[in-house]
Amino acid sequence: MHPAFSVIFLTTLIGAGQGLFLALYTGQLYSVFNVLPVQDSHGFYGFGSLLALVLLVGGLIASFFHLGHPERAWRSAAMWRTSWLSREVLALPAFMGMTTLYGIVHYFDINPTLFTISGAFDVDASLLVGAISTGLALLLFICTGMIYACIKFLQEWASPLTVINYTLLGTASGFTLATLFAYFSESELVSFYAGWAIVITLLSAVTRISSLIRNARIKHRSTLATAIGIRHASIQQKSRGFMAGSFNTREYFHGMSQAFMKNMKWIFLVMVFVIPVVLLVAGLTQPSLVIFAVAFIAQYTGLIAERWFFFAQANHPQNLYYQTI
Amino acid sequence: MKQLALVIDLNVCVGCHACVTSCKEWNTSGTAGFMSDFNPYGEDPTGTFFNRVQTFEVGEFPNTQTVHFPKSCLHCEEPPCVPVCPTGASYKREEDGIVLVDYDKCIGCKYCTWACPYGARELDENLKVMKKCTLCVDRIYDESLPEDRRKPACVLACPTNARLFGDVNDSESVVSNSIRENGGYQLMPEWGTKPANHYLPRRKTSITIHADELTRIDNPLKKEQLPLPDDDEQTLDDIMSW
Repeated sequence: MHPAFSVIFLTTLIGAGQGLFLALYTGQLYSVFNVLPVQDSHGFYGFGSLLALVLLVGGLIASFFHLGHPERAWRSAAMWRTSWLSREVLALPAFMGMTTLYGIVHYFDINPTLFTISGAFDVDASLLVGAISTGLALLLFICTGMIYACIKFLQEWASPLTVINYTLLGTASGFTLATLFAYFSESELVSFYAGWAIVITLLSAVTRISSLIRNARIKHRSTLATAIGIRHASIQQKSRGFMAGSFNTREYFHGMSQAFMKNMKWIFLVMVFVIPVVLLVAGLTQPSLVIFAVAFIAQYTGLIAERWFFFAQANHPQNLYYQTI
Repeated sequence: MKQLALVIDLNVCVGCHACVTSCKEWNTSGTAGFMSDFNPYGEDPTGTFFNRVQTFEVGEFPNTQTVHFPKSCLHCEEPPCVPVCPTGASYKREEDGIVLVDYDKCIGCKYCTWACPYGARELDENLKVMKKCTLCVDRIYDESLPEDRRKPACVLACPTNARLFGDVNDSESVVSNSIRENGGYQLMPEWGTKPANHYLPRRKTSITIHADELTRIDNPLKKEQLPLPDDDEQTLDDIMSW
């Protein structure tokens, strides 16, 4: 497939936004159980939610560049019964709305206790809003991943690993950003977020490398023989029917060399997994703004390369019909 | 349920591209708007097409066959491009099984093209909507045309009658009959898309001749156990040639 930068930025930006929100809410949950100190509503949760929202809005804006008719984008909510894309279109604004509400509830201290569980555990508004928002964040990860995983003949994508990778990579970048944000806002949660960022990044390394191994061994079910229906071991295309390009030759071929692909793979493996983990471990002992900032920037840039590779690696069966001019 | 489709006979297709040009001509001047071209007379022309003819070589020299292979939307009975469309612009008609795009609803997100294993859909880069073969839905029901002209443009253009058009779910139709009689098959059956369009394979007409069929068993000379005459002897022909 030809990687589209609109989709690359959409998926990486909203992934980081979702991950950042999950990090914020995890911090709040820990403080409810008195494991961690309570954070400042204004500076931490309020601005943290705003930062997550900025990423989500950035992703949404990027997605519009993918559309031929952005003015009709509202129509894309219609087919949520059958289309994962339609489901994502619903889940994204719903999650954005709840994240906004979560930020408002915290920032303006509109945080009444709604009900009490077992007479001891107070559930306030922010906790409930955050719980719903967490559910929506996870739902959005599933929708985004399933858009790719549900196309069964794009065999590189048609795997549960696609959904798992979208979830873990997004969450990892969000927690790394949360570490930077916690350090920036002088919170005590720096080592807590750094620790989780390391764990999730390592976990995502395992699942992403699993999918690389899976894809390296993949055996494509469609061949030239099934594509034109002639059972013969030796079939060659002599003409694709036209000389210059068409949509079919532009949309499905990334046009880069094998060496470029291989480099891209190593670049993203180093930038998404190795550099952030090394820097975060270093930051645990000697926290500094530069270390955490470089860790996040490296991981996010690496994720752009990772997403580029994800698209480029998918081999569409229609390419069988476009082998020769 | 009715399912209109094309049956393409690879045994008679000569790869002349008449179906490609007549398709483009009919549909670019059709009611659904033109099919955009860019740089048509320039160095790198590109444009939207519903139909293409490709050429494949099967086998190793000298035992090769050249196969001309027309490719357009197959109007699948389980079209994977339809459920993925977020707006419902891509749909399959209940009444005749034609898969169509509502150009007024399409947002141009290209997700349906990813979901088509055959690469049958093309984005019109000018109008920014997805386009595909309509089976000439604007002429097959047009009652102002004589009845024998109510067929897709490609079918009418084919000089070798390699393209047949009809209802593949009607077991008595010409298309069903040709699929049945000539071993019609579907493309990429491994994905369960159940394409409605079928292809008829290359066929060689041959008969098997055994050695005993080359000598007449009822040869009258043999029957009477007479030896064949020598070369310099008179034969029956010499005697009888008066």
